[in-house]
Amino acid sequence: MTSPKRTGTLSRQGRQRTMARLVLIPMAIFYTLPYYWMIATALKSNQELAQSPPTLIPHSWQWSNFQDAVNYIPFSQYLLNTLIITGLTILGAVISNPLVAYGFSRVQWPGRDALFYVVLATVFIPFPVLIVALFDIFAKLGWVNTFLPLVVPAFFGNAFWIFLMRQFLMQIPQEISDAAKMDGANELQVAYQIILPLARPAIAVVAIFAAISAWNDFLGPLIYLQDESKYTLSIGLTFFRSTHDVQFNLLMAASTLVVLPVIVIFLAFQRSFIDGLTVGSIK
Amino acid sequence: MRMQTMTVPATRRRWTLTRGEVRQLLIGLMFISPWLVGFFVFLAYPIYYSFRLSFTRYTGFGIPQYIGLDNFRDMWHDSLFWTSLINTLYYTGLAIPIGMIVAMSLAIAMNQNVPEIPFYRAAFYLPSLLPLFAVSFIFVALLDPRRGIVSRVITWFGGPTIDWFGDPATAKLALVILAQFGAGQMALIYLAGLKAIPLTLYDAAAIDGAGTWRKFINITLPLMTPVILYNVILGISAGLQVFTQAYIITNGGPANSTTFYVFYLYNNAFRYSQFGYASAMAWVLFLITFVLAILIFRLASRRVHYDLT
Repeated sequence: MTSPKRTGTLSRQGRQRTMARLVLIPMAIFYTLPYYWMIATALKSNQELAQSPPTLIPHSWQWSNFQDAVNYIPFSQYLLNTLIITGLTILGAVISNPLVAYGFSRVQWPGRDALFYVVLATVFIPFPVLIVALFDIFAKLGWVNTFLPLVVPAFFGNAFWIFLMRQFLMQIPQEISDAAKMDGANELQVAYQIILPLARPAIAVVAIFAAISAWNDFLGPLIYLQDESKYTLSIGLTFFRSTHDVQFNLLMAASTLVVLPVIVIFLAFQRSFIDGLTVGSIK
Repeated sequence: MRMQTMTVPATRRRWTLTRGEVRQLLIGLMFISPWLVGFFVFLAYPIYYSFRLSFTRYTGFGIPQYIGLDNFRDMWHDSLFWTSLINTLYYTGLAIPIGMIVAMSLAIAMNQNVPEIPFYRAAFYLPSLLPLFAVSFIFVALLDPRRGIVSRVITWFGGPTIDWFGDPATAKLALVILAQFGAGQMALIYLAGLKAIPLTLYDAAAIDGAGTWRKFINITLPLMTPVILYNVILGISAGLQVFTQAYIITNGGPANSTTFYVFYLYNNAFRYSQFGYASAMAWVLFLITFVLAILIFRLASRRVHYDLT
């Protein structure tokens, strides 16, 4: 951003690199410090935690904090509940979104593109606007205090994931469908036997995003789940704060356990995440 | 998709559908039927239903009692409603521009030829995927005045001890900083936009003697406007919905400085059992979002360049 003068391509590139790193390195510290502090705090003993100013590196690593954190709340029960909700959400997303996206991309019908604008517009409706009415509707159905309000909507498609799938399906050449139809296959057969198997990478992206969104959900479980035995990990974590003095080490140990699966999944499927993110933004 | 429309003569495509088109319509509707059902059951009907509830007094039990415009009148005189609205607009108004600058800087820096880019990409993107409730707890530990590393570093440099979430003057600011932890997602979207800009444009500008800053203002920024618009709209939508952080970290305090709109709406519905009032608030939020979206698109229609991208 400073000198417009050029002093040879190589040193110019070197200077650009230095400039870029001046931004990137401090920001990388900002973006990784929270993990460090989470783990460092999780490993501190109660006495060390009480010290002010705090120690930057834990003196003795108190691995038993993880054991204590898991015992402090019904961790395995909440993990199981979260996994059930996450699993059913993935199932719903994987069944509904590819089908709907197929209808919006590979079948030609009057009014299709106009209706797709409606799908896109729903992305911008703030979800909290619906919570009161939805709660009352689910209450009348007798679904409150069950997992149903958290998983059933997943079976009816999600605007963003429909969009993501549709972008992928549109790239598959029409000739493939035409050839199959020439051989006498109907639309459903073309979809399930030919096109959707080709779309497996995109379906995987939808599954991963669905898993993350269910795992991360806080407002839904907060509203719909009432018995403590039905809570998810997101609600369970708030127990650590309800005591008089927050037990930071246990809270951070539990947070580590909740965050870890997301980190592992991200590192395993990094490419899918980045593809899924950028497909929506670049027209 | 184009092939099939071509077989139908344009004159016949007015209001009546041919047999084949009806068939296609039915097949299409069959495929999208899950979404169609979900749209009516989980979206359109709740919006209509909350519209009706907004004219009632209703605790969630029994029968809603029609009270006309009373909820809206109460809202007008409810100082906490206004506080929550102003807090939310303040937060959104601060978080969006700061987020845009942070994300754009990261994207431009990542667009340089630095070999360790994959590391930065992962480091910046991952936080936006983490559960917000967990991130909120982590920031409590991070910013704690006695036990947090941030105040340790600040006092090291001779700065004051700041009780970030305990002081009304800094609580919202701390939440804006927390929001930046999720800015990496936007940065990656910007980066994809930057990569789509043809390099020949920069070469041509360089021949004309344009410096780095001029190139940024005259090429990069105009061509990035569609992506910026996308991020601004998503940012507004997210900003107006801010809830989890306030619920977990501050519980609306101190002195209501983080009582945001949805937090207050949640309290009215699920803590005070005022479903009618909460529905009225939901509808006002719906209208605010709608008006803001229209305003942004209006503004954008003059500024956004869709060509060349």
